[in-house]
Amino acid sequence: MEFLDLITNALVSGVALGSIYALLALGLSITFGVLHIPNVAHPALMIAGAYAVVFANARGLDPIVAALLLTVPFYALGIVFYEFYARAFEKRGRGNTLQSLTLFFGVSLVIEIALVVAFGTDLRSVEVPYVGRSLEFGIVLLPYRFLVPALLAPVVILALWLYMTRTYSGLALRAVAHDDRALSISGVNPVSIKRHAFGIATALAVLAGAALVITGPVDPFAGRVQIGRVFAIVVLAGLGSIPGTLVAAILIGIAEALVTAFLSPSWAPGVAFAILLGTLAIRPSGLFGAR
Amino acid sequence: MTISRRDFGKLAGGVSAGLATPAAWTSARAQNQPIRVGCTVSQTGALASTKNSLIGYELWRDDINAAGGLLGRKIELVVYDDQSAPAQVPSIYSKLIDVDKVDFLFSPYGANLTATMMPLAKQRDRLVVGILTLASNDRLRHDKFFQAAPWGPNGADDWARGFFDLAKAQGIKKIAIVAADTEFSKTAAAGGRRVSESMGMEVVGYDIYPPTLNDFSSILRNLRSRQPEAIFLCSYPPDSTAMVRGLSEIGVANSVRLFGGAMVGPQYASLLQSLGQNLNGIVNFHLYVPEPTLKFPGIEGFLQKYEVKAKEANVDPLGFYIPPFCYAAGQIISEGIKATGSTDQAVVSKWLHENPVSTIVGQIRFNDIGDWTERRVLMAQFQGVRGNDVNQFRQAGKQVVLDPPALKSGEFVPFRQARA
Repeated sequence: MEFLDLITNALVSGVALGSIYALLALGLSITFGVLHIPNVAHPALMIAGAYAVVFANARGLDPIVAALLLTVPFYALGIVFYEFYARAFEKRGRGNTLQSLTLFFGVSLVIEIALVVAFGTDLRSVEVPYVGRSLEFGIVLLPYRFLVPALLAPVVILALWLYMTRTYSGLALRAVAHDDRALSISGVNPVSIKRHAFGIATALAVLAGAALVITGPVDPFAGRVQIGRVFAIVVLAGLGSIPGTLVAAILIGIAEALVTAFLSPSWAPGVAFAILLGTLAIRPSGLFGAR
Repeated sequence: MTISRRDFGKLAGGVSAGLATPAAWTSARAQNQPIRVGCTVSQTGALASTKNSLIGYELWRDDINAAGGLLGRKIELVVYDDQSAPAQVPSIYSKLIDVDKVDFLFSPYGANLTATMMPLAKQRDRLVVGILTLASNDRLRHDKFFQAAPWGPNGADDWARGFFDLAKAQGIKKIAIVAADTEFSKTAAAGGRRVSESMGMEVVGYDIYPPTLNDFSSILRNLRSRQPEAIFLCSYPPDSTAMVRGLSEIGVANSVRLFGGAMVGPQYASLLQSLGQNLNGIVNFHLYVPEPTLKFPGIEGFLQKYEVKAKEANVDPLGFYIPPFCYAAGQIISEGIKATGSTDQAVVSKWLHENPVSTIVGQIRFNDIGDWTERRVLMAQFQGVRGNDVNQFRQAGKQVVLDPPALKSGEFVPFRQARA
C-alpha cells in the first residue's frame, strides 16, 4: 500500500511538474527551436514576468489573469528586443551562435540587475487562496500550487499549436525556420515573421513566470537554475516541436519525481540530461524533431 | 671655495631638516588619514539577499565617525560586490590589501566565499573579522581571525546542537535529517548526524537534495513512512518555503514532535510574511529575536536606525539576522583599537584574544582560533503567529527562545499542538 501510494503520487506529481516545465520551455522552443536563436535570456525574462505578476498580484489581481494581461506588453517588449538583435547582428551578418550567446547572456545579466535595483533581492511570492492546500483524490494528494499552473500549460500549448498549424502567420512562422529565402519569394517578410515569433516567445515568458511564482517564491537570479533544464527539454522534444515540448517535459518531470521518491533526490537534476543523452544517441533530432 | 665649520653645520642641519620633512609630513598625514576597513558584500548573485549587511557596516562607521572617529581618525569603508562568486573573492581581497591599502578586513558573507580568502589573509597576516562564516578557520588556525557570529567553539559539529539538546530533553529517539546539497547545509547535516548518534538517537533518514529540486512532496512522503519523532531540516530559502508549504499540503507523520533546526529563510521578513502562521510549531535557528532575554545594550537603537535605511535600500525590513552581527564585527575592531590605542594588527589581535568585547549582540570572548568561547545560536519556536503581518515578528512571544538555557524566553510546545 505504501509503495502504491508513493508511486501513484510520484507519477501524478511528475506529470504536474512536467507540465509546468513545458510552460517554462515553450518560449525557448520558439526562439531556439524555430528561430535557432540561442536565447539564454529566456529564463531571466521569465523571472521578469514573475516579478510583473507579483507586482500585479500585490494590487489584487489573480496571478494567471495578471499574466494573461501582461502578455501584451511582453509581446511588445519581445518585438523591440528582436529588432535590436536583428539590427545589431542579423542585418550585419553577425548572427552566429557564439555572438548571439554573448548578447543574450549579457541581456540576462542586465535583466537580473534591473530587477535587483527595482525590487531588491528578497524572495517574492504571490498571495493566492489555494497555496497551502491540496487536491485529495483517493490516495492522490496534489498541491494546488502545482495543479493550477500544470493545467495552464496544456491549454497554452494547444492554443499555440492550433495557431501554428491552422493560421497563415503560424504557418509562416514554421516556414521561416526551414527556409526564410523561400518565404520572402512567396511575398512574406521573414524579418517581420521572426519579430512576431520573438514577441510570442517573450509573451510566453510571462505565463511561465506566473507558473513559477505560483509554485514557489522567486528572486532576481532564480532563472539561472532553469537554464539547463529548459534547453534539455527543447532539444529532447526536437527543435521546434510544440507538442513534443509537452511530452519531453512530462517525461523529465516523471523521471525526476520517480528518482526523488525511490532513489535519491540528489540524482534528480541529472535525470533530464541522462534522458537527453540517451535519446540523442538513438534519435539525434530529438523525440519529435524532423529527421 | 672653502666651507667653514659653522657653515658646514648649518648646511648639514638644513639637509637633515629637508630630508626629515617628507617623513614627518607623511607620518602626520597618515595620522590624519582614515582607518580603512575593506570587504566584499554579495550585492548580486545567489547571496544578494545578504546585501543588507552593508547597512550594518555603514551604521557602525557612521556611529564611530559621529563620535569623533578612532584615535582621531575617521573610519572609511572600502566595499566591492563579489557577485556571490567564490572565484571573484581572492582577487578582490588582494586588491583591498595591495591597492586600497586597507587596515582591517571583514570577510565576505558565509563559509563558501570566506574559504577562498582565508589563505591570503593568513599569508599577509591580516586581521579579519568573519561574517557568519562557519568553521572557516578550523584548519588554517590564523591567529588574527575573529568570528562575528555566535557559532561557538567546534561550530561545524555543534552550532545547531541546541536542536538536539531539545530533542533529547523531549525523549526523542528517532530523527530524520534532510539537507540541501550545499556546503553550509551539508556541514550542518553531517554535524547533526554525529551529535544525534552520540546522544543515542536513531537516524531513520538522511536525505541530501539538490538546490534545484522543485517538488518536495516525495521527500515528505518518504519521511512520513519512516515515522521520525524529529526532523532536522537544513535548507535554503526557496526549499524552506517549499517544505513549510508541504507541511500543510502533504503533511508529516503524527509521530513528529520537533521540526526545523537549520532552515535558512525564516529569518527574513519576506518569508515570514509569505509563510505566516504556517510557521507555527517550527523550531529553528536564529541569531537574534526580539525576546526580553536578548535586550543587549544598543541593539534596539540599532534596529530602529536599520529600519529607516532598509526602507530606502529596499532590503529586509526586520534585519534581525545579519546586520546586527556586521555592526558587531565593526565593534570588534573599534573596541580593539580603542583599548590598545593602536591600529597595529598584532597588538589589536592580542588584545582581542585576551579580553571580552562588548557589542550590540552581547559580550563576546574569543578562543585561540577566534571563535566565540560559548555557543549562542538561538533555537526559537514560532508560536502564536497569526496571518501574514510582518510587524508581529517585531514583538516578543512570536519566536520564543528555547535554547540556550541562559536566554530561554518560553516553553517548548510539541509540533502538532503548536500548529493546532
